[in-house]
Amino acid sequence: MRATSRAFKENVRHALADDNLQAAMAMLREGFPGRRANAVARLPEFEALRNEGAAIKDHVLENLDFYLERFEHNAVAAGGHVHWCRTSDEACAAVLAICRALGAKTATKGKSMIGEEIAINDYLEANGVTPIETDLGEYIVQIRHEPPSHIIAPAIHLLKEQVADSFRATHTHLDPARPLDEARQMCDEARQILRQKFLAADVGITGANFLVAETGSSIIVTNEGNGDLTQTLPKAHIVLASLEKLVPTLEDATTLLRLLARSSTGQEFSTYTTISTGPRRPEDDDGPAEYHVVLVDNGRSDLLGGEFREMLRCIRCAACINHCPVYGAVGGHSYGWVYPGPMGAVLTPTLIGIAEAGHLPNASTFCGRCESVCPVKIPLPKLMRHWREREFAQKLNPAPARWALAAWAFLALRPALYRRAAASAARLLGALGRRRGRFRTLPLAGGWTDVRDLPAPEGRSFMSLWAEREKRR
Amino acid sequence: MSDARGEILDRLRRSLKRGAHDDARAAALTARLAEHRRNLVPARAQSLDHRGQIDLFVAMAEEVEATVARVAGAAAVPQAVVDFLTRHNLPARLVMTPDPQLADIPWPAQPMLEIRRGRAADADVTGVTACFAAIAETGTLMLLSGPASPTRNNFLPDNHIAVLRAGQVTASYEDGWDRLRAAAPLPDGGFALPRVVNFITGPSRTADIEQRLVLGAHGPRRLHIILVEEAQAGHGEPTAE
Repeated sequence: MRATSRAFKENVRHALADDNLQAAMAMLREGFPGRRANAVARLPEFEALRNEGAAIKDHVLENLDFYLERFEHNAVAAGGHVHWCRTSDEACAAVLAICRALGAKTATKGKSMIGEEIAINDYLEANGVTPIETDLGEYIVQIRHEPPSHIIAPAIHLLKEQVADSFRATHTHLDPARPLDEARQMCDEARQILRQKFLAADVGITGANFLVAETGSSIIVTNEGNGDLTQTLPKAHIVLASLEKLVPTLEDATTLLRLLARSSTGQEFSTYTTISTGPRRPEDDDGPAEYHVVLVDNGRSDLLGGEFREMLRCIRCAACINHCPVYGAVGGHSYGWVYPGPMGAVLTPTLIGIAEAGHLPNASTFCGRCESVCPVKIPLPKLMRHWREREFAQKLNPAPARWALAAWAFLALRPALYRRAAASAARLLGALGRRRGRFRTLPLAGGWTDVRDLPAPEGRSFMSLWAEREKRR
Repeated sequence: MSDARGEILDRLRRSLKRGAHDDARAAALTARLAEHRRNLVPARAQSLDHRGQIDLFVAMAEEVEATVARVAGAAAVPQAVVDFLTRHNLPARLVMTPDPQLADIPWPAQPMLEIRRGRAADADVTGVTACFAAIAETGTLMLLSGPASPTRNNFLPDNHIAVLRAGQVTASYEDGWDRLRAAAPLPDGGFALPRVVNFITGPSRTADIEQRLVLGAHGPRRLHIILVEEAQAGHGEPTAE
């Protein structure tokens, strides 16, 4: 997908003026955080599990080469194939080669963010293999020719009326007068259509929530059961997974699974958690004859060595997205690429470059909710700050912002001068704003006052109030 | 592709500022893999006795819209199946996995039931399977693929009836892994993992349209668990699976 992250500000203007999106975002803000809070409250060990989850991921990252080789060894011993791919292009080519060898016409797909990242659908389509998304949300955005707007709820930006319109426009073989007022009816319609696709597909492609080194297994988690039909019925199951999905043992996977659903949808456990190891066994009555794992690096091996390593702990639960006040206002498409919200603000610049995605780490108030809900305790605000530093160092932000920062830095490095400047600014603004208590306009601060008032200071700087307080003690 | 493999491993090691692990470090990590150490397991189910775990399992499964019928013995299972079919006005036709665990159930007691044993097809409305274990912590069933338990039977029929023995109910997923490792040990100290392990917690669902919960997205619309509580020699104990 072509990134529009550069146009973030324009995207946001459209998003804020889009009534449908705003209604959908209001539902998101009411839904996810409360459900997560309930699930967390029911499990007294949740905080301790977060520490363990982070520690497991750190241990894996520290030994990633070892666990990848062990995973490969065990996956191959179980009859699977492992494909190492440095880039998106290599990963797409590997998938296509498997499809071609089987003469595949259609490939059903479970939801996969790495699939979005490498844009596998466009690639397969262009090369004569029709990809069919089977997760309901992914199916909806696929027939609308839109990217997903959320990593676990791809169609969260839509109202049911919009979905109904898309179904009528796409499923033209059905009675145009059929009722499509309720989610139930649309779900049933998609179920009927996709059931036939499941049965006819030559290849099934899923992502992986985890890869288990101990057994060479891949694990997927779904609520719909679409991933299971995708990987059970066709001739081949292709697993797309980025390198950091490794965990050592089934026990380690279990700990992370306890965190995943609760953080994500607020469920105690997702409906279907499926551990797959190799192709069908000779005595089995079903299952794919081939099992392939496409391991995608796409920048992870470099990420491991730098200040963004902690981002590789991410288990793609979307808790940071669901709790982000910025995401909740502007929706996922504003971010302009595959990964939205706080995790996207950190990850996207690593994948498409800070020059392209510089707005994203700036689209944060650093309120810290993302870090406070992250099941593996990724310090997302800190990582966004690293990007801001790099952006400044590479002179990528606009000149006025750089001048203002330089002026502030000049003062901040001279505490006496800073105190005097702050005190006189507070005195001046306090005197000017005394009557109303706020400013509607201010010279040089239009960016602030165009959309909201600036509260007037009380006339004293923090430092002078503090000094006075200390004297009184 | 082999050069890609080498290059990725090289880059990882460069990022980690070290070479490949020496023998001692590799042996330590291999030992960590082999010991299957448990991380923190929540007290919720572990702190209960087996009866308490069974009750917790039922409560948690019902919370996620599964239905549970508790019956006194294998002999009562056919009637429980008929009750379920009648309640939902379903045809008296079943596709059943040819699972030896279902062999002690006297199906002829319900002569109206039309039973086909084997792999489920799209047209099958109701399927019956056995289970390998069940996890009290979250009301989760644990099913294994195998010659007598094709995976698709857990997903294709609209109604999934799972016959669970009380002895199969365990506290945690970790208990499930231990049972699995004990059930299929290999001479080298490892164990034979079946192609698929399915953890199933309630019927299929989606909330992808306006976050409204709809049951029966792609998998079963209903999950009915028949819990057989009579002590069954040869069922549910790890060594007998």
